[in-house]
Amino acid sequence: MSTLATDVAIIGGGLVGTSAALALRRSGLSVVVLDKGYCGAQASGVNYGGVRRQGRPLAQIPLSQRAHAIWPRLKELIGIDGEFLRSGHLKLARTEAEMAALETYAARVADLGLDLELMGHNGLRERYPWIAGHVAGASLCPGDGHANPRLVSAAFARAAERAGAHVMEHTPVHHVERMPDGFHLSTGAGIDIKARHVVNSAGAWAAPFAAAFGEPVPLGRIYPCLIVTEPVAPAMTVNIGAEGGGIYARQVERGNCIVGGVRGAPLPDADFSRPVGAPAISVMNRAAKLFPALRHAHAIRFWTGTEGDMPDRNPVIGFSATTPGLIHAFGFSGAGFQIAPGVGEVVADLIRDGRSTTPIDAFAIDRFVRTNEGSGADLMTEPQQRETSQ
Amino acid sequence: MSKKLRPLIVGAGPAGIRAAEVLANAGIRPLVVDEAPLGGGQIYRQRFVPDERTPRDLYGSEASKATALHQTFAALADCIDYRPQALVWNIGPTVADIAVDGRSRRADFTHLVLATGATDRVLPFDGWTIPGVFTLGGAQVALKSQGCAIGDSVVFMGTGPLLYLVAWQYLKAGAQVAAVLDTAPFAAKLNLLLGLPSQPGVVLRGIRYAAELVARGIPVHYGVAPIRVEGGARVTGIAWREAGKESRLACDAVGFGLGLRSETQLADLAGCHFIFDERDRAWRPERDAAGRTSVPGVYAAGDGAGVAGADAAELAGERTGWAILQDANLPVDTMRIRLLEKKLGAIDRFRSILERAFPFPTAWAAGLPDDVVLCRCEEIAVADARLAARQQSVVEINRLKALTRIGMGRCQGRMCGTAAAEVLASSCGRSLEAVGRLRSQAPIKPLPLDLTGEEDAA
Ligand SMILES: Cc1cc2nc3c(=O)[nH]c(=O)nc-3n(C[C@H](O)[C@H](O)[C@H](O)COP(=O)(O)OP(=O)(O)OC[C@H]3O[C@@H](n4cnc5c(N)ncnc54)[C@H](O)[C@@H]3O)c2cc1C
Repeated sequence: MSTLATDVAIIGGGLVGTSAALALRRSGLSVVVLDKGYCGAQASGVNYGGVRRQGRPLAQIPLSQRAHAIWPRLKELIGIDGEFLRSGHLKLARTEAEMAALETYAARVADLGLDLELMGHNGLRERYPWIAGHVAGASLCPGDGHANPRLVSAAFARAAERAGAHVMEHTPVHHVERMPDGFHLSTGAGIDIKARHVVNSAGAWAAPFAAAFGEPVPLGRIYPCLIVTEPVAPAMTVNIGAEGGGIYARQVERGNCIVGGVRGAPLPDADFSRPVGAPAISVMNRAAKLFPALRHAHAIRFWTGTEGDMPDRNPVIGFSATTPGLIHAFGFSGAGFQIAPGVGEVVADLIRDGRSTTPIDAFAIDRFVRTNEGSGADLMTEPQQRETSQ
Repeated sequence: MSKKLRPLIVGAGPAGIRAAEVLANAGIRPLVVDEAPLGGGQIYRQRFVPDERTPRDLYGSEASKATALHQTFAALADCIDYRPQALVWNIGPTVADIAVDGRSRRADFTHLVLATGATDRVLPFDGWTIPGVFTLGGAQVALKSQGCAIGDSVVFMGTGPLLYLVAWQYLKAGAQVAAVLDTAPFAAKLNLLLGLPSQPGVVLRGIRYAAELVARGIPVHYGVAPIRVEGGARVTGIAWREAGKESRLACDAVGFGLGLRSETQLADLAGCHFIFDERDRAWRPERDAAGRTSVPGVYAAGDGAGVAGADAAELAGERTGWAILQDANLPVDTMRIRLLEKKLGAIDRFRSILERAFPFPTAWAAGLPDDVVLCRCEEIAVADARLAARQQSVVEINRLKALTRIGMGRCQGRMCGTAAAEVLASSCGRSLEAVGRLRSQAPIKPLPLDLTGEEDAA
C-alpha cells in the first residue's frame, strides 16, 4: 500500500471536480483528482448540454455569471471550444399564466445582467417561424447557449492533468477520515492519499462523504432522460426551454436534435438508470408538435444520467460546517453543467483565500438544519416552477 | 395456471415459430411480434407479392423446411396473437414497448423468448459505401421478397456459407454472377470433410453450390483480400489481392458479408448477462442448454443467441418453448427434450468445423487504410478510432463511442460495432474480448417522433 501526499484531494472527477483541479493548479497547489470511473463519464458527460443562466434561482445568478465569463474562453483553458455556441436560450410560455411568470422573473433579474428580452405570440412567430403550436410568448436570454458535455468534461480532466494535477481514474474513494496530520483517503486501487484539503465533488454519490463528517444532507437522485434524433436540416437556432418544464431542445451542428423534458427510472442498482417508454414517447410527440421540422424525423437513441438533487434546487457549495479543510460542491439538481466551471473557481478561492468574492451563502451545507431550527432564510420560496433539467 | 402465462416471443423466424408452436400446443397463447410483414424470418422470408416462383425456386434444397415452417405458423393463427410489421423497441422488467401501425403499445409478459436472429457481420473496405455495395443478406432479401437482383453483374465477396448460397441463388434466378471472392484460403474448405460424418446433408449441399457455380464458369477465387470497390455514383468494379498479385474485375454490384452477428440489444435491455463467444468473436447472452438466460423468465433461441443456423434455430426455439413449460411446472415431453438437446449439441460441434472452413479474416481490421469510413452514420474514419486508441489511451468500446461518436448514429453500432471493436482491439493491442461490447440503448431501431403514445396491446 503506497501513500501519496497532496495539498488537495478531490473526490469526483466530474466537471466540478476537474474545473476545481484546473483552477487550483493555477494557484500552484498540488492536486489529486480521484474518480471511481472515467472522469466526466457521469452527469457532466451525459447531460443535455444546456449552458443556461435564464431560469435559475436568483441566488445562483452571481455564480452563474462567473461561469458565463468562462465558457467563451474554453479553447484557451482546455484546448477545445467544446462545441460551445452562444445561440441564446429561449424560454417558451404556453399559457398567459406562464407568460406572467416569465415577466415576473425578468423583472426580478433585471439588474443582474441577463439582458432578457420578452416577446409575445406575434413577435415569437416572426422571429422563430420554426416554432409551432400554442405558444403565448417567450423570454430570450441572448447570451446563453449550449455545448457538447461529452467533449467538455473529458477535456477539463485532460487540461487539469496537463496543468499538473494527478488524475486517478478507476480509483474509488472508500473512506475519508480527518487525522491530526490531515485527511486520509483510502481508495479501491491500493493507494492511500494524504491531503490538507478535501473537496467533496462526488455528484450524486456525495452524501456519504458529508455524512461521514456529521453532515447528513437530503440529497436525492434524478435521472433525466434525453432523446436524440437523426440529423435534420438546420432549423433550431436557439436552445429551447419551457416555463413549467416538460420540454427542452437544441440542435447541434451535425443536425441532430436533442430533446428532453422527462425522467428515466433507476435500475435495481440505483447508480444506473434507463429511459422509460411512455414518457419518452410523450416528449417525442411534444417535440414533433412544437417543431414542424421534426415531424417526420426519427429518434435514434435515448439515454439517461444520474444527477444529485436537492429539495430546494440549490447545490451545496462551501466549507464544511464541522470539519476544517473540507469543502463540499455537489447537488446541482439538474442544472450544474453551466455553472460548474464557476464552481471550480470558487472552490479554488476558498482553499487559497479562505473565502470567495462570489456569494455562496445560500448553498451552505447546514442550511436545512438552520431552517429546521427556524433561523434560516426562507429558502424554499421560489416563484419559478421547477424544471426537470437543462 | 397456464391461463396466467403471457409469453412474448420476439421474432417469427424458425426459432420463434417453433417456440410458439410448443406453447400453443400446451394451451398457452403467446404474443408473437416480428418486424417483417410475414412469418419465416430471414432465411424463410416470404414474398411481399405472390409471383410464379415455387418454394423450390425460392428456398432451393431447404424448400420443404420452409414450407413446413410456414404451414406450422399458418396453422397457429387462431392460437396465438401475432403482430407483424411491429418493432419491439424497448424491454423493461416484464414489459415490452412495441411500435406498430404508427402507435407505441405496451405488452406485459410473464416470459420472454428472444428469437431476434442475426444480421450480416461486415467490416469496411475502401469503397464500401459506394451505391451498389450490399450485404449478402441484403442481396438475398432483394431476391427473395422483391424478386430483383442487386445489379446486372454481381461480385460476391466475403466468407461464410451464405457467400456460396447467395451466389448460387442469384445464379439460379438467372442473374449474372461475375465472380465469388472468398477471403479464406481454399485449404480451409477441406475442414468441411470433418463434418461429413455428422452433417452429411449440409456439407454436400455446400459443396454442390460451389460445384455448380464452377460448372457454370463462374470464377471462384480464394484467399482474397479486398483492395477497393471502384466507382462514384455506382459501383463500376472491384480490385483485390490474391497470392500477392492484384486483380480487378468490372461489375456493377457487390454483395459482401463475413458471417453473421447476433442481434442482442433486447437481451441487453432485458438485463441478461453476456459472455464472450470465441467462435462468434462476439458477445452474446449467456444461456443454458434450454435457452434460459441469466434473467428468470427470459429465454434466447436461434441466431440471436449465438450464430448456429436455421436448423439449430428451429430446435432451440422449440427447446425454449419446453423450458417455459418446465419452469411453470407444466407437463413436458422429456424424450423430445432430450432429443432436441442432443441434436443441438451435434450442430454446435459442427458449427466449430464450419467456422474453420469459413474463418473470419482476423487481420482485415489491422490492415485497413486510415481513410476508410468506419462508422458511416456519423462519418468517422478508421483513423479516428486509431487516434483515440493511441492518443487518448482508449481501450474500451463504449469509451471509444463516447470520444469519437462511432456507433452513435442511426444504426447504433449494429453495422459498425464489429468493425469498431476489431479496429480498436488491433490498435490498442488488446483482445476483442477485452475491449468489451457496446451497451444497448432504447430504441433499438429508429422510431418516428410522431409515434402515437401508448396503449395496452391485446
Ligand atoms: C441527463 C442529464 C441532463 C442534464 N442537463 C443539464 C443541462 O442541460 N444543463 C445544466 O446546466 N446541467 C444539466 N445537468 C446537470 C449537470 O450535468 C450536473 O449538475 C453536473 O454535471 C454535476 O457535475 P458534478 O461534477 O457535480 O457531477 P458528476 O459529473 O456526476 O461527477 C461526480 C463524479 O464523482 C465520481 N464519484 C462518485 N463517487 C466516488 C467515489 N467514492 N470515489 C471517487 N469518485 C467518485 C463519479 O464517478 C463522477 O464522475 C444534467 C444532468 C443529467 C444527468
